[in-house]
Amino acid sequence: MWEKIILFFPELLLALSASQLLLFGVSKKLDRTDLVRYIGIAILLVFAFSGFLLGMPSGTAFSGALVVDNYSHYVKLVIGLAAAASLVFSKPYLKSEKLDKHEFTVLLLYAVLGMSIMASANNLLTIYIGVEMQALALYIMAAFNRDSLRSSEAGLKYFVLGALSSGLLLYGLSLVYGFSGSLDFDRIAAVIEDGASPGIIAGMVFMLCGLGFKISAAPFHMWTPDVYEGSPTPVTGFFAAAPKFAAMCLIARVCVGPFGGIEDQWQQVIIVFAVLSMFVGAIGALAQTNIKRLMAYSSIANMGYALVPLAAGGAAGVKGMLIFMSIYVITVIGIFACILQMRIRNGMVEQISDLSGLSKSNKGLAIVLTMFMFSVMGIPPLLGFWGKLFAFLPAVEAGLVWLVVLALIASVIGAFYYLRIIKSMWFDEPVHEFVEAPQGLRWTTIICALLVMPLLILPFTAIPATGFISQAAASLF
Amino acid sequence: MFENIPILSLITFLPALAAVFLMIMSRAAKSQEAKDQLAKNAPFVALLISGVVFLLSLILVFAFDGSTADFQFTEDAAWLGGGIEYRMGVDGISILFVLLTAFLTPLCIFASQTSIKDRMLEYMVAFLILETLMIGVFCSLDLVLFYLFFEAVLIPMYIIIGVWGGKNRVYASYKFFLYTLLGSVLMLAAIIWIYVLSGQQLGAPTTDMAVLMRDLDIPLGAQTWLWLAFFASFAVKMPMWPVHTWLPDAHVEAPTAGSVILAGILLKLGGYGLLRFSLPLFPDASMAFMPLVFGMSVIAIIYTSLVAYRQHDMKKLIAYSSVAHMGFVTMGIFAMNVQGIQGAIFQMLSHGLISGALFFCVGVIYDRMHTREIAFYGGLVKQMPVFAVFLLFFTMANVGLPGTSGFVGEILTMVGAYQVNPWVAAGAALGMILSAVYALHLYREVVFGEVTNPKLETITDMTSREVLILAPLALFTLVLGVYPSLVTDITAASVDNLLADIAAATTAGGR
Repeated sequence: MWEKIILFFPELLLALSASQLLLFGVSKKLDRTDLVRYIGIAILLVFAFSGFLLGMPSGTAFSGALVVDNYSHYVKLVIGLAAAASLVFSKPYLKSEKLDKHEFTVLLLYAVLGMSIMASANNLLTIYIGVEMQALALYIMAAFNRDSLRSSEAGLKYFVLGALSSGLLLYGLSLVYGFSGSLDFDRIAAVIEDGASPGIIAGMVFMLCGLGFKISAAPFHMWTPDVYEGSPTPVTGFFAAAPKFAAMCLIARVCVGPFGGIEDQWQQVIIVFAVLSMFVGAIGALAQTNIKRLMAYSSIANMGYALVPLAAGGAAGVKGMLIFMSIYVITVIGIFACILQMRIRNGMVEQISDLSGLSKSNKGLAIVLTMFMFSVMGIPPLLGFWGKLFAFLPAVEAGLVWLVVLALIASVIGAFYYLRIIKSMWFDEPVHEFVEAPQGLRWTTIICALLVMPLLILPFTAIPATGFISQAAASLF
Repeated sequence: MFENIPILSLITFLPALAAVFLMIMSRAAKSQEAKDQLAKNAPFVALLISGVVFLLSLILVFAFDGSTADFQFTEDAAWLGGGIEYRMGVDGISILFVLLTAFLTPLCIFASQTSIKDRMLEYMVAFLILETLMIGVFCSLDLVLFYLFFEAVLIPMYIIIGVWGGKNRVYASYKFFLYTLLGSVLMLAAIIWIYVLSGQQLGAPTTDMAVLMRDLDIPLGAQTWLWLAFFASFAVKMPMWPVHTWLPDAHVEAPTAGSVILAGILLKLGGYGLLRFSLPLFPDASMAFMPLVFGMSVIAIIYTSLVAYRQHDMKKLIAYSSVAHMGFVTMGIFAMNVQGIQGAIFQMLSHGLISGALFFCVGVIYDRMHTREIAFYGGLVKQMPVFAVFLLFFTMANVGLPGTSGFVGEILTMVGAYQVNPWVAAGAALGMILSAVYALHLYREVVFGEVTNPKLETITDMTSREVLILAPLALFTLVLGVYPSLVTDITAASVDNLLADIAAATTAGGR
């Protein structure tokens, strides 16, 4: 009994605590928003490290619908930490915009619950439940500033297009189920082993399209800039990190798991997604002036790069994807923590030109943001470079040199708009005096900055994460 | 000597440590007064550290054993794992570039102390980090480590051009960054490919240069692509015609010391890369592409010399002349004989001194008049006799007057090229004449004639600080010109070894 319960303990923890916090927060007399947030952060941290706390269990629960392995532990670790960081950096913004309600924490916990189910999905229905669960919470979070036209529009847009993608996903799931006769990943893999019917392949393509929407891979990226721009900034920061990671990891699991036998087929889809995403992301961002929209295109491009190792397939490819995505999550949280510090006396600013002369008015922030920008550009010795190196290595190994060259060329185009941010900060004269940032925000920034700092002196092997990632990737096979 | 001291790491990372120290100090300084004091003292810290680095690298050169081609002062440490390790070491080809870097950086810092007006501390931090990265490029014996330093150079240089540059600095800094980035990302793809290839051929993948040069035998088809990818990166860095257009812009906009470093060291990264990587790793492809490189070199020498003649801006003129001189370097390298390669190394070192000095000279009058227009000046010999002497000396060295280091480099590369293809050498010789045309034109317009511009009547001669900067450069230019074996003795063994490897590889392949 206990052995089974610890398998879904993380989900149980989130489900129970989110429901309890919802009740706990509804108090007329006392404002418990802050308390709910702190408890939420604590729960997310426990959730993140639940694999370690429980001694890295592995196995399947609910007659194989939920699988727990090193891969799911790792995915949950990153999601939990990213979500906790989002809660930390959302506080000052929500307070100043008068949006501070305890439902925010609860919704975020529900979204994380959905992602956690996605990370452990071992059955077509589990996929759908997980994806929908996180999506529904995210729709509401996008529209969290309900008095703002832009925010409501973002929520609605996200919902309509998200529903469409869910339809695609569900259609794909039903095709796969219909032609393989099973919902179970292992059974599907066995059926495909005996020969994949065109129906399964069509289902697989529909599924990837539905999931491609979730990672905003081109050509399913249209919603991203508008939703990123309209949503409250901390929500955008959360969107860019945890859900992307969860969906990308789900794609990897689906591709190498049930569809492992038709690698030639899904590889083509992934390559198309990758090439389109990196060029749409790189070129689309060139004309942006709003830093949130720019980050939207940047995330599209980065998803393209993350798909490159996945296209190579194999444990090495999954490992490359995990390393790249983890580094991306760290960088993007750091960048949003910086954006959230762009606060002037009468509110937030989010134009790139507002950053002008930051190196004179706030040198520390300027240096940190510059580092993040060079990191996301992939310039050594910052962390982003290693992400690209480890992402492209398996692709070259699999003979996809041309894909890597395309990715590198796209990254040069992309470098232009990151350089523009750096240019504003360092080469232009100051326009704004930003007000002092609150402690929590500063600490998030500093921790992320330390993480992307040059790893030159540190032997990379000494970082336990890489070993963990290798194990995680290996556990899929 | 130095068995137990990681001397190369020390030389490489000492400036970066000083930069970190300065940054911490600036965070600690709270009051405006303390900050001003810090900005005033920052150059002295930078000067001290870069001076120590120079002394250390001098000791390194004296301790260097010129009779062997092996890598010396090697260091090995665990780094990324999987064959990508932290490997440092120098041989005859790289050690003098370390010395050149360590020599030019303190001069630049010394010169900047008066010419930089704002954000002194950040400027010094950028320069110290730049020094670390440049020395790292020359010392690293691992492809990934090399790439790391090679590309990271972009960060401080972008900031230096953009923050302390001239009017059009934003455009120039973008152009510099994107041009060089586009070149170097292709090299990254090639490095990953080599890593994968070494795994297939040697059993365990590695990026250890010593192992790769010795054991890796890349099939010809792959060699062609890899050579092109490396060449794209190095050709942009050199810069070779037709990808040289970023250089004049970057030079014109960069502050004086930035120009010196750009011309003195950064341009050498390309030539060094060709010698260290392209030739030994892809000998067959290098042979096959020899005509292409020769063609590009001769066009560079003649075409950019003609372009240089028509410039109105002094820095632009010198920048184009740099492209022409780098043409001699590529010609010498791809002649693939002793004279050619020795000459190329010599030419790179000598150009580092001469072009650096020329940019300093331009900086001297720019600091006084704030313009680099050639037409603005004239008759400076009356007001600035000392300056006229120095400029004449470096102009002549740039032209390649016998007795200066410029002559040795050019004659050696031409001798090397002549043995392979006399027409190429003839083209290069034509370029030498053209270089005299533009260089003497510049000198005549600026120094001779009557003082036509009334603004020039108050111009003062060089200060003792400026003499102190230019004198060592002049001394070395002269010493290398009359006693070139100082350089060639150190490089000889490594060059011979490199040529022997190429010969062995190309004959073993049946070609």
